[in-house]
Amino acid sequence: MPVAPYLLIVLVPLLPLVGFVVLGLFGRRYLRAFSGLFATGLVFLSTVIALSVAYDYYFISGAGPDSVYHSAKVLNIHWLSFGPDFSIDMDLLVDPISVMMAVIVSLISLMVHIFSLGYMKGEERYATYYAYLSLFTFSMLGLVLSANLLETYIFWELVGCSSYLLIGFYYDRPAAVAAAKKAFIVTRFADLGFLIGILVLSFQAQTLDLRNLIQILGPGGQSLADALLVPGNKGSFLGISALSWGLTLVFIGGAGKSALFPLHIWLPDAMEGPTPVSALIHAATMVVAGVYLVARLYPLYTATPNVAEIILWVGAISAFVPAVIACTQTDIKRILAYSTLSQIGYMMFALGASGFTASLFHLFTHAFFKALLFLCAGVIIHRVHSNEMKDMGGLRRLLPVTHVCFLIACLAIAGIPPFSGFFSKEEILAVAWENNPFIYAIGLVTSGLTAYYMFRLYFSVFWRKTPAHEGLHHGEAPASMKIPLIILAIGAAFAGFIPFSRFITPDGRPGEAPAFGLNVIPPVFIALLGIGIAAWLYGKESNRPEKAAKALRGLYTFAYHKFYIDEIWLFITKKIIFNLIGRPAAWIDRNIVDGFMNGLASATAGVSAATKGVQSGKVQDYAWFFFMGIAGLAILFIYLYT
Amino acid sequence: MNQIPLSHILFVSTALFFIGMYGLFTRRNMITMLMAVELILNSVNINFIAFNKYLYPEKLEGVFFSLFIIAIAAAEAAVAIAIIINLYRNLHSIDVEAADEMKF
Repeated sequence: MPVAPYLLIVLVPLLPLVGFVVLGLFGRRYLRAFSGLFATGLVFLSTVIALSVAYDYYFISGAGPDSVYHSAKVLNIHWLSFGPDFSIDMDLLVDPISVMMAVIVSLISLMVHIFSLGYMKGEERYATYYAYLSLFTFSMLGLVLSANLLETYIFWELVGCSSYLLIGFYYDRPAAVAAAKKAFIVTRFADLGFLIGILVLSFQAQTLDLRNLIQILGPGGQSLADALLVPGNKGSFLGISALSWGLTLVFIGGAGKSALFPLHIWLPDAMEGPTPVSALIHAATMVVAGVYLVARLYPLYTATPNVAEIILWVGAISAFVPAVIACTQTDIKRILAYSTLSQIGYMMFALGASGFTASLFHLFTHAFFKALLFLCAGVIIHRVHSNEMKDMGGLRRLLPVTHVCFLIACLAIAGIPPFSGFFSKEEILAVAWENNPFIYAIGLVTSGLTAYYMFRLYFSVFWRKTPAHEGLHHGEAPASMKIPLIILAIGAAFAGFIPFSRFITPDGRPGEAPAFGLNVIPPVFIALLGIGIAAWLYGKESNRPEKAAKALRGLYTFAYHKFYIDEIWLFITKKIIFNLIGRPAAWIDRNIVDGFMNGLASATAGVSAATKGVQSGKVQDYAWFFFMGIAGLAILFIYLYT
Repeated sequence: MNQIPLSHILFVSTALFFIGMYGLFTRRNMITMLMAVELILNSVNINFIAFNKYLYPEKLEGVFFSLFIIAIAAAEAAVAIAIIINLYRNLHSIDVEAADEMKF
């Protein structure tokens, strides 16, 4: 094997790590004003490297003579060597999806870094913010490039940790602290499933390496998979095969990180973090980690139709329910958060419906327009100093650039041609149509809802009324905030034209570009309908929204309270888990475990209280005991010897 | 001249031993207690000498033991006097009851 040609990709995660270490150690004291530029510079370098490696991989050397994209392992470090044939390695995998993800993550991260230069200016903990941001970028890049499951898991947890730090960045706000804890606990709970899944899979395959794992367990691989799939055969539990268990558990981990229903409750609360962070972590990169994970193990999921079915339905529900909730929310960031949930649901059910390319295509385009939406929201919030939609309105004259960018992003997410979202959504719906018409219907309705709530937001923010505070501020935003918007808007507008299926397919073989025929009419029509309704309700100031809300009162309040899912979780944890498990455990701890120790201590104390009178402190008493002892022994010996 | 029987000498040494014991237990003055201990040691010396003389006249081990015990008794007296002086400095008394700080 020649020297790994993509060795440069090692630098992609390492540069942000350098940024984190330097800023974390010296940032606050020595680098204060430059910390932003420093971190941004490093991420810029790693973006350039990622892009160059991607160019090299996709266009020059990645495809073999048969024009199939092969995966390559870069670096091969035996990190923990447990034996001749078992070690935990640290290595990087270069294949079509990891390179694509590296490009997305570093690019979006760069945009967010630049945006934050303006947005976080004057922040007390500016350097700390950039240190956390670099840590996140490092761990996310490590996650997408890692070549074995345990390494993935390590970075997975690092990502969760940096997400926790960033959500709770404003730690003087109780809501932010609570949200950070919630995010951490919910995702941690799901990660338990992931860890057990890793153990199950790696035990069955006797390897942690992703490529070997897929080869051994995948279809046609040593027929072990077939043996494992038969319930009752080697390693089955409760009548379900080990492979299904492992994959389901891994999927649960992915569902927690990707905030799929019903583990989605942490994501809307996570909006307490700084807005650029929401753009980076909770919209474009971290939350798609679950999708990425399932895509990584895609050959295994296709081999287990029952697990794929679970993914399909969980994805469909996660696409639909948050879309309904989003229609009733009033906090701009929360609307975007629910929209993220819904779009991730889209990607997930596409994977479940064996639409590998479609799902990752949507991931790709979604990263652009969702990051753009969040950054626009950042500009708006920066300007209005409020997250509530009712405080906004008529901002199109005050924020012309943001207005155009926001409109592009809305059109993209609504799936209006020729913006990027149209292409990816169309592919997903086509896959769903082939797979299951009912899922297709859900996808179609969700797409209409998406168009509706996005344009509800758009009209309420930029139209509806004339702004009250015109002329209060000067200028729209600093250039550092506008440039990322423009770059992302270009991406959101044109990313759909990339012939995605040429590069990313399950087996690396270039696929056919999907043809768009008459099937584009229903989604586009329903999206236009959604936009129309939103324009009619929110285009001008009127009492129409209230009337509409009144007409649908039951459903409206139900959706406004997010279908009471938070309350259900609280009920489960507080009433059931705490009462049935927590309290008995506490009782046992307090009365039996502690009781044993306390009993031991009090027995000792009692014995000593009973005997301490012997220690009278009188020398003659001691002499008396001594003498009596000697006399007793003497008598004993005399009688023993006779 | 008739020899004094061994039992007579043992009576003397036993009497001396219990006189010492009585003194050790009843006196509160530490000097007196020290003297009582010397009496006990001397009763032991008498026993050694007597057994040596009456049972193994051709040997000298009992005499050696007595000499050692006398030497040790002298050393012990020196140590005990030192302790007593220190106690007196701290407590201004050589009453054994006064030293009760380690008592429960």
